[in-house]
Amino acid sequence: MVKYVLKRLFWALVTVLLILFILFLLLEFMPGSPFNEEKLTVDQIRILKEHYGLDKPFFEKFWIFLVNATKGDFGISYNLQKNMKVSQIVMPRLWVSVRLGLQAIGLGSVMGVILGVISGSNQNNWKDSVATIMAVVGVSIPSFVFALTLSFLLGYKIPIFSMIYQANHPFASTILPTISLSLFTMAQVTRFLRTELVEVMDSEYIRLATVKGLSRIKILFKHGFRNALISVVTIFGPLVVNVLTGSLVIEKIFSIPGIGGLLVLAIQSSDYNIIVMVTFIYSVLYIAVNLLVDVLYGVIDPRIRVSKGA
Amino acid sequence: MSEKNYYLPPQRILEVHNLTLSFQLYNGVNHVIRDVSFHLDKGETLAIVGESGSGKSVTTKAILGLIDENGRIERGEILFRVSDDEVLDLTKCDLDTFQKKIRGSKIAIIFQDPMTALNPTMPVGKQIMEGMLEHGKVKSKAEAKRRSLALLEEVGIDQPNKRFKQYPHQLSGGMRQRVVIAIALACEPDLLIADEPTTALDVTIQAQILDLIKDIQKRLNISIIFITHDLGVVANMADRVAVMYAGKIVEEGLADEVFYAPVHPYTWGLLSSLPSIKGTDRHIYSIPGSPPNLIFPPQGDAFAYRSEYALVADFESDPPMFEVSKTHKAATWLLDKRAPKLKMPHLLKERIEAMKKEHGSHE
Ligand SMILES: Nc1ncnc2c1ncn2[C@@H]1O[C@H](COP(=O)(O)OP(=O)(O)O)[C@@H](O)[C@H]1O
Ligand SMILES: [Mg+2]
Repeated sequence: MVKYVLKRLFWALVTVLLILFILFLLLEFMPGSPFNEEKLTVDQIRILKEHYGLDKPFFEKFWIFLVNATKGDFGISYNLQKNMKVSQIVMPRLWVSVRLGLQAIGLGSVMGVILGVISGSNQNNWKDSVATIMAVVGVSIPSFVFALTLSFLLGYKIPIFSMIYQANHPFASTILPTISLSLFTMAQVTRFLRTELVEVMDSEYIRLATVKGLSRIKILFKHGFRNALISVVTIFGPLVVNVLTGSLVIEKIFSIPGIGGLLVLAIQSSDYNIIVMVTFIYSVLYIAVNLLVDVLYGVIDPRIRVSKGA
Repeated sequence: MSEKNYYLPPQRILEVHNLTLSFQLYNGVNHVIRDVSFHLDKGETLAIVGESGSGKSVTTKAILGLIDENGRIERGEILFRVSDDEVLDLTKCDLDTFQKKIRGSKIAIIFQDPMTALNPTMPVGKQIMEGMLEHGKVKSKAEAKRRSLALLEEVGIDQPNKRFKQYPHQLSGGMRQRVVIAIALACEPDLLIADEPTTALDVTIQAQILDLIKDIQKRLNISIIFITHDLGVVANMADRVAVMYAGKIVEEGLADEVFYAPVHPYTWGLLSSLPSIKGTDRHIYSIPGSPPNLIFPPQGDAFAYRSEYALVADFESDPPMFEVSKTHKAATWLLDKRAPKLKMPHLLKERIEAMKKEHGSHE
């Protein structure tokens, strides 16, 4: 198991390096330069470049970029908050976003598991139909439509929940965005779990568990659920991506000061360093989630755990 | 459910009366079990033999209340002795009764394919312990573990302590079937159903598993229903043999009667198609044709159209069970007083003589 995790970790690191390299390339070949004041003379530009190390060879520059990036230093902001360290702009917002994302994934998974189990173990009766309809709706309607509908109904018409983010009530004011963001996760988990559970409950080992005389609950949870979960775990990578991209819009709708909104602003004002850092964070999050999925996979499925070096 | 008590003779554990069962299909009703009756005494082994598709598995599933959703028991009863003074009709039991009183604790089953029968994400030891704990056969987990280890040893698994913690994929097919057998024996059931327990295994391992079941039979004095499509393997396992064809039992008797003095043309066919013990056959016989479609069951004896020995009567009406001896019965008009005296095929007769000698010399 340890060997398996270490191997995964190694490949995750390689991927992160690759991403940093690509981001660096993008920066290198981005049109324009930070010093495009017309008053600057050629000499002055040369001096500035020397000062900032921009005249160094390609790989040396990459090395410096790499070292700084690992320290969390992605340079300064050009436009949004001139000369402020990018990390100082990004980090406080990162936690707001991470929190929202976790809330959404958490809520979506819990609801999805509940609905999936209900639906998968009550095939083709009304409970199954209700859960299936919810899942279809959740998958087919984009989260911003939910967000707008919810904030209109429950924020404006019947003002139970806050329509915009309040820093002093980070939980209460993110209830609507959390729900909006979680629907897709909920729907996907429900769908996958249902399909898997139906298949698993039809397998020979469930029949064996049944003829042992176990109770229905034990058969469902001890034998059915765990096996069905294996394949559901694999969809968490894509689900996180969905929450990340969904948050770009959701943060805007509810005025949440997160990195999603920041990325949109940074793109609008060509603030390259911020774009690079936020992109980098998104990539790392995604890789981390996939790493976690691989590890979880090994924990749940002994066939992987045992064969890939115990 | 009405707690009506049924009567069975004291030595008897199971009686199936006129079981008739069909499946609803989109293109009609599949009459899969047609008026099947048989019985089983304590400590006895009954083999049910027949080509694949003849209804053997469905019969055993009916005993365990495992009929698919589209299936319906139209007629008949399955009387089972739960204890000295309680007999239940299993066709009338609800799910709860099955889980709490019957499955695992009184009747256990070994399925055909050990590769898919075990939960891939649960250590095998735990899968053995589960039933005992569920049915209160042990007082603690520690006791359950002790008993499971003993069971693993009994079914011939070496290093039980190591195997106990392993997952199914770490065991070979033969070992998995041994684990399935251990699971079946975990609660000391009164009736063990083995549904083609060796069909999915290699030949060498088949013999080992058969030996194990024989050994269990001797040691535990348990009643066994042994299902197989291969008459060859039941020769020295079964006390009695029931031959099943197209959802009916066509011949039934003591093992010796069915083997050495078969009377139904279908049994003749099955015996003739066995590869001979010495393998000196010039050609291997196989029964011509294939079993009938039971959505439209043929009139009369369903084997008649495949049989060289069919009488006109066989095509017209269902033959009843004729008694050959007190223990030996068969459903063919050949046994009717009015029928011409037909003998079994000459070749088969020779083979049976050879088999008798072979068998005798082993004793
Ligand atoms: N759920 C079902 N619906 C329709 N037909 C079924 C169903 N289950 C079994 N059958 C049919 O019942 C017949 C007997 O099957 P089975 O008892 O499994 O045969 P076997 O003697 O090989 O064990 C087969 O023709 C099979 O197709
Ligand atoms: Mg079968």
